Amino acid sequence: MNIHHAIAVAALALGPGIAAAQTDPLDSPRWGDMKKEFLPAAARVVFDERVRVIAPLTAENALNVPVSVDASALPDVKEVLVFADFNPIARIVRFEPRGARPGLGFRIKLQQSSPVRAAARTGDGSWHVGGTWVNTTGGGCTLPSTGSASPEWQKRLGEVSSRVWPKKEGGERIRLRVIHPEDTGLAAGIPAFYIQQLDLADAAGTPLMHIEGFEPLAENPVFTIDIPPARAASGYRVSGRDNNGNAITATIEK
Amino acid sequence: MSAPARALIALFALGWALLLAAADMDYGLAPEKIADDTWVLTGRSEDFSFTNGGNIVNTAFIVTQAGVLVIDSGPSRAYGEQLRRAIARITRQPVVRVINTHHHPDHFLGNQAFAPDTLAALPGTIHGIHTEGGSFNDNMYRLAGDWMAGTEPVAPIHPLAAGPLELGGHQFELIALEGHTGADLAILDRSTGVLFAGDLVFHDRAPTTPHARLPAWQASLDTLEALPFRHLVPGHGPVANDAGPIRQTRAWLGWLDRTLRQAADEGLDMTEALALPLPAEFRRLAVVDAEYRRSVGQLYPALEQQTLRTGKARE
Repeated sequence: MNIHHAIAVAALALGPGIAAAQTDPLDSPRWGDMKKEFLPAAARVVFDERVRVIAPLTAENALNVPVSVDASALPDVKEVLVFADFNPIARIVRFEPRGARPGLGFRIKLQQSSPVRAAARTGDGSWHVGGTWVNTTGGGCTLPSTGSASPEWQKRLGEVSSRVWPKKEGGERIRLRVIHPEDTGLAAGIPAFYIQQLDLADAAGTPLMHIEGFEPLAENPVFTIDIPPARAASGYRVSGRDNNGNAITATIEK
Repeated sequence: MSAPARALIALFALGWALLLAAADMDYGLAPEKIADDTWVLTGRSEDFSFTNGGNIVNTAFIVTQAGVLVIDSGPSRAYGEQLRRAIARITRQPVVRVINTHHHPDHFLGNQAFAPDTLAALPGTIHGIHTEGGSFNDNMYRLAGDWMAGTEPVAPIHPLAAGPLELGGHQFELIALEGHTGADLAILDRSTGVLFAGDLVFHDRAPTTPHARLPAWQASLDTLEALPFRHLVPGHGPVANDAGPIRQTRAWLGWLDRTLRQAADEGLDMTEALALPLPAEFRRLAVVDAEYRRSVGQLYPALEQQTLRTGKARE
């Protein structure tokens, strides 16, 4: 912490204008690398409080850290990339709200305390970055999943359980869980095995949300997706696959 | 000077530094007499930390004519050794029995300081120490640091069964319960009216729930409240002379269970469940915000799963 605090102090010393334009509000020495790795070099990138990342400040269970991203205060969100600066695999999930509210609830594995950030691209091509620090004793990424040691999950791999709730303010909420070990490949002898793609559509097949998953999603991931009133449907479908080509497919009935 | 000689000197210096550091690891244990023959060592109402060295737990001992009965051995080898010395300052009677009320680390990691033949617990507790003791111990090193030096998990060899236990003129009743963990032992000393409730009862400190099953825990609290006790020693928090801590624990667990079930039934995401406000009546409980957060992490995944239905796969 001392080093990056020192960098922040140095940045402030250069003058308020420069600091305001460049300083990472989460004061992380990895921000520069993250920006270079995940966001196009020519793109306009701004820190923006309208992108909310909600997670506990302290997470005791590094294998199952709840995170909610909400970019609904921004207009015309095309895609959102979620990453954790200090994770050995930084990318967590990418989603495109194709009719669903531009937000997503999910669970992640963290290897150590880290900023967890969401970068939302709006229609004008600029990236809006929000985030929060999560402190944890860590170890979440290099442990084998419980599923990888159990014969039971193989029978249930890809099984989806779900439910639809009406929302008080209109529209609907969908919560769904997929049985999957979500192994990162960082535990000795256990290869990476995780969900790469999930698509939510209404019963007629009109897309609502496209989710691209990466290794740090938690085992048996649970997703929370909100559907605005205009897109609420009589039923929904989910389809996708993992990195070994296993299909995930289910109907979500009310 | 040769390289090996320099390395040797460096090693000695390191050894001395460690010894000196260890000398500072004093828990300041001060047994308090709460009834005839009965002493309690009250831990801090805090989370585990490098400052408290894990001493957030209550331990106790009863000096009988046939030797000393110890109830729980504390969070580390150092605690166990200091507990043994504290006992020796009060009586010349030897420790003849050390009972672990359940398998959580702060209640058994002092076992190393006592003769293996004295250690006893419920079978479920012994099993829990065998299967989870190692990871608990590793975690305690992370949370309490140097205080844990030399600590290793030691499982008791003597399984206990529920029922009466006579020792040196004291009539104890061993009561096998569950809910805080899969095996929770309460001990009533009928001779003095002291009830040692273990972690089934917390007092002015929010309960912990890593292995909790709330309905079973609530039933155990009913059993405890019906016992004829005059003094109540909770697992954490100050000793009481009434059933107040039992009711306080029941009120918290009841609220927690209702609140999280309702949150899951309404489709709240875990981050939304974490943001729910705590009622004012629980604000007096130490570390209540941190325990609520931990309890959501421990209990919510199973509760929300109960609200989801398994869908049919599309052909």
